Amino acid sequence: MEYGLVFIILAVVFGLFMAWGIGANDVANAMATSVGSKALTIKQAVIIAAIFEFAGALLAGGQVTKTIRKGMVDSELLSSTPELLVYGMLASLLAAGVWLLIATFYGWPVSTTHSIVGAIVGFAAVGIGLEAVHWNKVSTIAMSWVVSPLLAGTIAFILFNSVHRLILDTAQPLVNAKKYVPFYMFLVGFIIALVTLFKGLKHVGLETTPLQSYSIAIGFGLLIMIIGKILISRINFDPGEDKVFHYTNVEKIFSVLMMVTACSMAFAHGSNDVANAIGPVAAVVGVVQSGGEVSQKSVLPLWILGLGGVGIVAGLAMYGHKVIATVGSGITALTPSRGFAATLAASVTVVLASGTGLPISTTHTLVGAVLGVGLARGIGAINLGVVRTVFMSWIVTLPAGAFLAILFFYILKGIFSVA
Amino acid sequence: MVAKNYIYRLFGRSPVKPLQTHMEKVLICVKELIPFFQAIVNEDDIEANKIQKNISKLEKEADKLKKDLRLHLPTGMMLPVSRTDLLDILRLQDQIANRAKDIAGIMIGRKMVLPARIGPLFLEYVQRCVDAADQANKTVNELDELVETGFRGSEVELVKSMINKLDSIESDTDKLQIKIRSILFKIEKDLPPVDVMFLYKIIEGVGDLADQSQRVGSRLQLMLAR
Repeated sequence: MEYGLVFIILAVVFGLFMAWGIGANDVANAMATSVGSKALTIKQAVIIAAIFEFAGALLAGGQVTKTIRKGMVDSELLSSTPELLVYGMLASLLAAGVWLLIATFYGWPVSTTHSIVGAIVGFAAVGIGLEAVHWNKVSTIAMSWVVSPLLAGTIAFILFNSVHRLILDTAQPLVNAKKYVPFYMFLVGFIIALVTLFKGLKHVGLETTPLQSYSIAIGFGLLIMIIGKILISRINFDPGEDKVFHYTNVEKIFSVLMMVTACSMAFAHGSNDVANAIGPVAAVVGVVQSGGEVSQKSVLPLWILGLGGVGIVAGLAMYGHKVIATVGSGITALTPSRGFAATLAASVTVVLASGTGLPISTTHTLVGAVLGVGLARGIGAINLGVVRTVFMSWIVTLPAGAFLAILFFYILKGIFSVA
Repeated sequence: MVAKNYIYRLFGRSPVKPLQTHMEKVLICVKELIPFFQAIVNEDDIEANKIQKNISKLEKEADKLKKDLRLHLPTGMMLPVSRTDLLDILRLQDQIANRAKDIAGIMIGRKMVLPARIGPLFLEYVQRCVDAADQANKTVNELDELVETGFRGSEVELVKSMINKLDSIESDTDKLQIKIRSILFKIEKDLPPVDVMFLYKIIEGVGDLADQSQRVGSRLQLMLAR
């Protein structure tokens, strides 16, 4: 294919930039609740984010990437003009990147996921034709944007109420916290491991039967539980601290739990959001490497997932840690028992979506989860005005991403077709 | 850029802590009435004047805290307790400080003295009314624990018992008030009528400290019932 190498280089550069942006800004949203509830120091949060974002991207990022790269556009229509797909994907990356820059500058609550999906649908519908868009898939994705915050909110509500019933509202909250918190840890490890295994780790050379998956997940859950128990037994309980706030020591136990859920949140974020950056890259690489053929079967090369992971971690290390520090220190109304419920609910929802291959917004899911805890009368004050703008924003983002993608699509097409 | 981050903006400032801070300030203000009336009984005008100024200053500080909290409690905030309840408690707390300021102000402004026969009993009465405010403060101080437990379980029982204690303190003050009034009734013929009128007013005002404190407790009780 003519310009093949140029396309790949462009795609990698745009994709890296996008991943960098996710690491710089988006990761902070995922980690802020953990830092805000003082369960993690900023340094710990950055390290956890780096490790688990990368792991999530590499191990569980495949499904969503697949959706972004070939789930939404009917590439059969493009078999004679594969370069259109290349232009389109490059344009989508640029569009989403530019839109995110604008949004970040003005502080609009815009989601990376919504931007890239809007961009891809936009270039496909206008640049190629309405029939080129898999509207079924796209409407499923749009539905999942409504469902995911609701689901996360419901899970958070139930989780938080269970914490009340089992621990906080009992006569001996400290004793019960020591007893029940490890089970929550088991739950975290079990669910994350199970969803990841079920969607297959073929790309890293690991294939499991359902039975094996369940056993490994249970084993992983138990491992997390044991580690958690050891950490809890090391906590220094000071009865004196309970005089000011009677639940200080109980919250210390929840801090350990919060650490575990912070890991799962970073993992979940990596697994879903990495696709926004590298899905289009994978599409471009797929077309170029198959010599211009638009193949539906080509396997996702592992290095591309790794590339996304590296980009995210780089963004985090260069800029994201500052955002985590500021955002985290601004959230003071959150205690670990609340933060854990919100974070766990969000990460479970996101990992489920990742397993199903649905690109959803991690941040919006987290906002839904926080609202769920708020509905259970758990949080001092939630600004509903912000919630409204967050959920309104995707209505604006879709056409904006689409418009920019169409623009860049014709520009790229102009440049490369003439030349 | 970071200040515009929406996860950051999502979390508003919890109104619980400022409400507690306000009540603490109110209590400090009200507690000043004890040395104030001691000075009145001792007929130490300089000391009484000094304390009255301090009470007035503390009341202003409480007022400022009240206004701050009101400004930070816009509609569209999702709170674990109803906004109306919070603002109501705040108003009741504030009235305790207002009453303390009024009492000290009238005493100084009219250069009032306490008849020797009611002096010691009156000091006991003031102390008990301040106890009520103190108990109200302790109860309001449990509000963050109540939020932590979602207004359920053993914490609720604890707060209920605190409110009961507040009620019993208030009924003590009622009994003391009746005693003082009956003594004053016996000697009122020998005192200047206008002074007596104002003395009754002061007695009532001091009693109001306990009444308002009890109302703070009742409002909290209503919160628990929801």
